Amino acid sequence: MEPSKSIIAISKLNKSFGENHVLRDFDMSLAPGENLVILGKSGSGKSVLIKCIIKLIDADSGDIMVLDHDISMMDQDEMDLLRKDIGFLFQSNALYDSMTVRENLEFPLRRHWTKEQRESQAEEAVMEALEDVGLSHTVNMMPAELSGGMRKRIALARTLILKPKVILYDEPTTGLDPITAREISELMISIQKKYKASSVIISHDMNCIRMTSNRVITLIEGRNYVADTYENLMKNTDPKVSEFFR
Amino acid sequence: MKAIDKPFFTEVGDIARFTGRFFKEITKPRQEYEEFINQCFWIGYKSFTLVSITAFIMGLVLTIQSRPTLLEFGAESLLPSMVSVSLVREISPVITALICAGKIGSGIGAELGSMRVTEQIDAMEVSGTNPFKYLVVTRVMASTLMVPVLSSLAIAISIYGGYLGVNMKGSVSWSLYWFQAFDALSYGDFIPSLIKTFFFGFGIGIVGCYKGYNSKKGTEGVGRSATTAVIVASLLVFILDLIAVQVTDLLGLT
Ligand SMILES: Nc1ncnc2c1ncn2[C@@H]1O[C@H](COP(=O)(O)OP(=O)(O)O)[C@@H](O)[C@H]1O
Ligand SMILES: [Mg+2]
Repeated sequence: MEPSKSIIAISKLNKSFGENHVLRDFDMSLAPGENLVILGKSGSGKSVLIKCIIKLIDADSGDIMVLDHDISMMDQDEMDLLRKDIGFLFQSNALYDSMTVRENLEFPLRRHWTKEQRESQAEEAVMEALEDVGLSHTVNMMPAELSGGMRKRIALARTLILKPKVILYDEPTTGLDPITAREISELMISIQKKYKASSVIISHDMNCIRMTSNRVITLIEGRNYVADTYENLMKNTDPKVSEFFR
Repeated sequence: MKAIDKPFFTEVGDIARFTGRFFKEITKPRQEYEEFINQCFWIGYKSFTLVSITAFIMGLVLTIQSRPTLLEFGAESLLPSMVSVSLVREISPVITALICAGKIGSGIGAELGSMRVTEQIDAMEVSGTNPFKYLVVTRVMASTLMVPVLSSLAIAISIYGGYLGVNMKGSVSWSLYWFQAFDALSYGDFIPSLIKTFFFGFGIGIVGCYKGYNSKKGTEGVGRSATTAVIVASLLVFILDLIAVQVTDLLGLT
């Protein structure tokens, strides 16, 4: 297959819940190596958008191409295979709280690695991912024993274990103190360097956006309202855009 | 608080659909044997003590309370037979099922409910593990298997409780009690009792999983899932018991 120009290409995406029309003809594309931020008010459909990308939510209409696959055509098995290349960091972290940190990190391997692979290489993969986030010493701890920032890092380590090509971050710094939030943003940058992953980052943390983004899309009224660099958007005089920067 | 927040028949339809999905998913590849064994252990472990104590007390109390009535008819010697028949056919299975509806139903409802609201179920889906198979199928199977095991245990313990009850006034040797109790019992008592406990276990597992898996957002939703799972599962136990007695009756096993 010809190498494509975009990692993710979405056109005319629509999604509604009953009367609530969340996404209306939303378009976007993600270039290889790009860090794209989606900026929008809370409840504007940012989470719905990235859940559509990984098919946790089925879109009503529109095309979603991820890594050259049209996900609307894919069955469960094909989708599982594609999801191996997509990391998803949940806003709530979604760590399995009945499992240790090690078991949390090993969980994604159960489907994608053979038993032999898991026996011989899992430990190494777990330790590498934990080192990437600087938390090797927590490997035997339970999620409940960790602080908010540490849990975010462990969740990030879990998305890294399968070495994804794209990472989707749902509000990675929301609810963290400013210092921890900054550390997480720095971590995201170093991870993108190491794994050469492209990423879609949902955020309204201006520091995080300034540090991580190559391009910002404003999601307003369900549409891709403006897409530009952070610096240019700051200068934008459209009231709908400038209210984010006040 | 209402146990269901939608029209009754909608809820029944949704549970039926959930059950249908269970049978569809169970045939799909990749069985989660390890998680199934874990769940069997946990279900047995969590309910064992409570079931044992309750069964013992039920056997004892039933015997003590039946004695005066039988005495009135001069049929005190029938005490072991009468008590054991009611313990085997009705009391042990239903009490066990109700305890399990409380412990297992609420446990599964709360566990899956909190996994739903904290997006752990979505996280499984994203990482390529079918959460329905991993969480629901294993738990329903484990409860289908373990409720009959616990009920059999309850039968044994409650009959022993009955023996102590008989001996509190008057004395009957263990072997005589045993002989009288089992003389009154036939396969027609044991088999239907055993079969219905499989259905109790299945019903409890399905309701607990249904409530938890479809939990509403927020911590309130988790508590709600746990409580309503107990209410619906307990009601279901009685409904299944009613059906079971009709079926055994029709089959002439009484
Ligand atoms: N599963 C769902 N069922 C019904 N409505 C939903 C669902 N998920 C999200 N919504 C609605 O979609 C809108 C956008 O939600 P969301 O994407 O979570 O917002 P945010 O931009 O804050 O992440 C909200 O109005 C929310 O109520
Ligand atoms: Mg959100």
